[in-house]
Amino acid sequence: MSGGPYQSWGRIDFGPQSGVRFDDRTSALPQIEAGQTMLPYGNGRSYGDSCLNTGGVLIDCRHLDRFIAFDADSGVLRCEAGVLLADILDVVVPRGWFLPVSPGTRLVTVGGAIANDIHGKNHHRAGTFGSHLRSFELLRSDGARLFCAPQENRDYFHATIGGLGLTGMVTWAELQLKPIANAYIDQEIIRFHNLTEFFRLSEASDDGFEYTVAWIDCLAKDVSLGRGLFMRGNHATEIARGEPKTPRDGLSVPFAPPLSLINQVSLRAFNALYFRKQREDEAAAQVHYRPFFYPLDAIGDWNRMYGPKGFFQYQCVLPLAEGDAGMTEILRKIAAAGMGSFLAVLKIFGDRPSPGLMSFPRPGVTLALDFPNTGDKVRGLLDQLDAITGACGGAVYPAKDARMSPQMFRQAFPRLEEFAKWTDPAFSSSFWRRVNGANSQDNS
Amino acid sequence: MENIVIFGAYSAIAEATARHLAPSGGRFFLVGRDSAKLDQVAADLKVRGAQEVHIFASDLAVPSEMLASVEALYGAFDKVDVALLAHGTLPDQQACQGDAAQTLAALEVNGLSHIGLLTLLAERLEQQGSGTIAVITSVAGDRGRKSNYVYGTAKRAVSTFLDGLRHRLAATDVKVIDIRPGFVDTPMTADFDKGALWASPDKVGGDIARAIEKGRPVVYSPWFWRYIMVIIRNVPAFVFHKTNL
Ligand SMILES: Cc1cc2nc3c(=O)[nH]c(=O)nc-3n(C[C@H](O)[C@H](O)[C@H](O)COP(=O)(O)OP(=O)(O)OC[C@H]3O[C@@H](n4cnc5c(N)ncnc54)[C@H](O)[C@@H]3O)c2cc1C
Ligand SMILES: NC(=O)c1ccc[n+]([C@@H]2O[C@H](COP(=O)([O-])OP(=O)(O)OC[C@H]3O[C@@H](n4cnc5c(N)ncnc54)[C@H](OP(=O)(O)O)[C@@H]3O)[C@@H](O)[C@H]2O)c1
Repeated sequence: MSGGPYQSWGRIDFGPQSGVRFDDRTSALPQIEAGQTMLPYGNGRSYGDSCLNTGGVLIDCRHLDRFIAFDADSGVLRCEAGVLLADILDVVVPRGWFLPVSPGTRLVTVGGAIANDIHGKNHHRAGTFGSHLRSFELLRSDGARLFCAPQENRDYFHATIGGLGLTGMVTWAELQLKPIANAYIDQEIIRFHNLTEFFRLSEASDDGFEYTVAWIDCLAKDVSLGRGLFMRGNHATEIARGEPKTPRDGLSVPFAPPLSLINQVSLRAFNALYFRKQREDEAAAQVHYRPFFYPLDAIGDWNRMYGPKGFFQYQCVLPLAEGDAGMTEILRKIAAAGMGSFLAVLKIFGDRPSPGLMSFPRPGVTLALDFPNTGDKVRGLLDQLDAITGACGGAVYPAKDARMSPQMFRQAFPRLEEFAKWTDPAFSSSFWRRVNGANSQDNS
Repeated sequence: MENIVIFGAYSAIAEATARHLAPSGGRFFLVGRDSAKLDQVAADLKVRGAQEVHIFASDLAVPSEMLASVEALYGAFDKVDVALLAHGTLPDQQACQGDAAQTLAALEVNGLSHIGLLTLLAERLEQQGSGTIAVITSVAGDRGRKSNYVYGTAKRAVSTFLDGLRHRLAATDVKVIDIRPGFVDTPMTADFDKGALWASPDKVGGDIARAIEKGRPVVYSPWFWRYIMVIIRNVPAFVFHKTNL
């Protein structure tokens, strides 16, 4: 046992976890007792229970963090599955390369990025992380090491991408990076006053901008419903001013305060201020890639702000046809409840197909936001949001989920049965048991 | 470009240190027991910026192999700018107490092998007139304690040897650095319960890289251990002997 205690990012208690350090990609999987299960654990940046395995064993991949090869001419990188995206950036950005897809934090592992087939602000152009994978090795509990690629062991390739760690352990992966001229982003921020304006801005920006995303004020009601700031950007071709400087991460939240610091008062004040953070309706600037992609990484352990009970994140995607009406209904429910939090994020997914059988991204509009854990109150609200999402034919993101019902899961992931054929019999997770209606051994 | 040799190169702390050094593009010579693991570290350091990485498999507790590693080193490099000695084991104190052979074996791998390597390296660096010798000892050498005094003895012997070398080489540009980590979360300490005093290998590796750059003689890592050890060294025996440290 080592390295614990293991939590997920939402810090909700799913019972004690035990882990085994896995730091040599050539070694065997840990021995487990008959009837027990194991699950790879990346960097615990999933919010709910998909990276946890109450009653079983976590295979702790955080020290499986060696690079294997990098070709600075072609931008092909091979590394172990526990390497953080942050480490990749540190190594490749100075040599003119960038991650093909990047989530809102750089503190996730390559294995985690594969298992949730993560998406970024460029989904409308680049698709998911899995779309840029050339190959990986999958270690199964029977000891088999499968070389998986689009043309080899294809079933395992497509099942493992977005496969929630259930098909076996990815030991290393090879990905195709994308070239950049420098570490900067030319960014524009545009204020919008309602959802219709958001959709219009999005459509107008998709062709000209590699990255698009919007922050919305989830407390705004009535005519202001869906107001927010639209951010779009491209990799800078030239540095506008002076010597580039690398921003430093500063603050961190040293311990969880006894109460959540996120409440109606702080939230309302923040949102109102944030909406007006720039005087003009439009502002352009050149910024370093870090504040552009990873604003939250500048505050270490910010998840502690929600206090000891932790928090939920809700992320859903609705098909575009239902997008405006469905999102309006969802935002109304959230605003009426006065819940929700600082960073509600809205983005249009493009139609590049996700390679994973179980990938979450699909064409449509996606919303992600946090909710303090107020127990039944928030669970009730989230169930209502699920009902809307379900009625629209949408899906909820397992990486963020701690509570969706088995019905919701089955409806959102129609290839579930096909996927189940490729799971490893010795692998399971708290999430997996929950969405299969068998969570009696997990007590939350 | 610097020539850097690391003994015990895939120790968690040494590897973390090497990752701090690699981006400056040095040439590395890595020594350890298992060549497959050395290969893995070598590939990693190359991606992180190392110009060139040699590996040499050697059981440093076997004097002939220890000597062979230094010979191989000078086969690859004509000059060494940085030597880091990081290999070691955490002996089972209880088992050593009843078994002289185990105690001596623990002193061999944690003390004598270092003293052997240092003897050879010091000669070379003295002739060269420059370079840095850095050795990971431990706070455990600062005062003998019942829970680990065999380990502490070996570490203390190495520290004393380093004191002497530093004295001897004071007139040259050779720097002799004694690194004394506190509790570090590595495979060596996998079975311990971890608390607030524990540091990551990355933190300690960063401290070591900085100590090498600055040439500081004795470095505690993290820094607060210097003060903890002042207290521990000064607790009177009649109190100390009542503790379970
Ligand atoms: C601030 C923040 C912003 C985020 N923004 C985004 C975003 O923009 N887009 C997005 O898609 N996600 C986003 N996420 C979610 C995050 O990217 C995913 O949850 C990601 O999977 C976390 O990776 P991890 O390394 O922490 O893995 P963990 O959370 O520890 O594990 C995630 C899954 O990966 C599996 N896994 C881990 N390692 C391996 C391996 N070696 N082999 C097989 N399976 C493995 C685990 O079993 C688990 O199922 C964000 C999270 C945070 C905290
Ligand atoms: N961890 C701590 O809390 C702590 C505190 C103070 C000081 N230190 C010191 O820090 C140094 C690094 O240790 P670590 O914590 O990084 O632990 P580690 O990862 O276990 O490293 C120890 C290394 O020494 C190697 N080694 C052992 N016997 C060897 C031999 N006969 N020949 C060659 N190599 C041998 C091991 O290789 P194999 O795997 O092949 O055996 C291993 O790579 C050690 O000197 C240790 O005493 C550690």
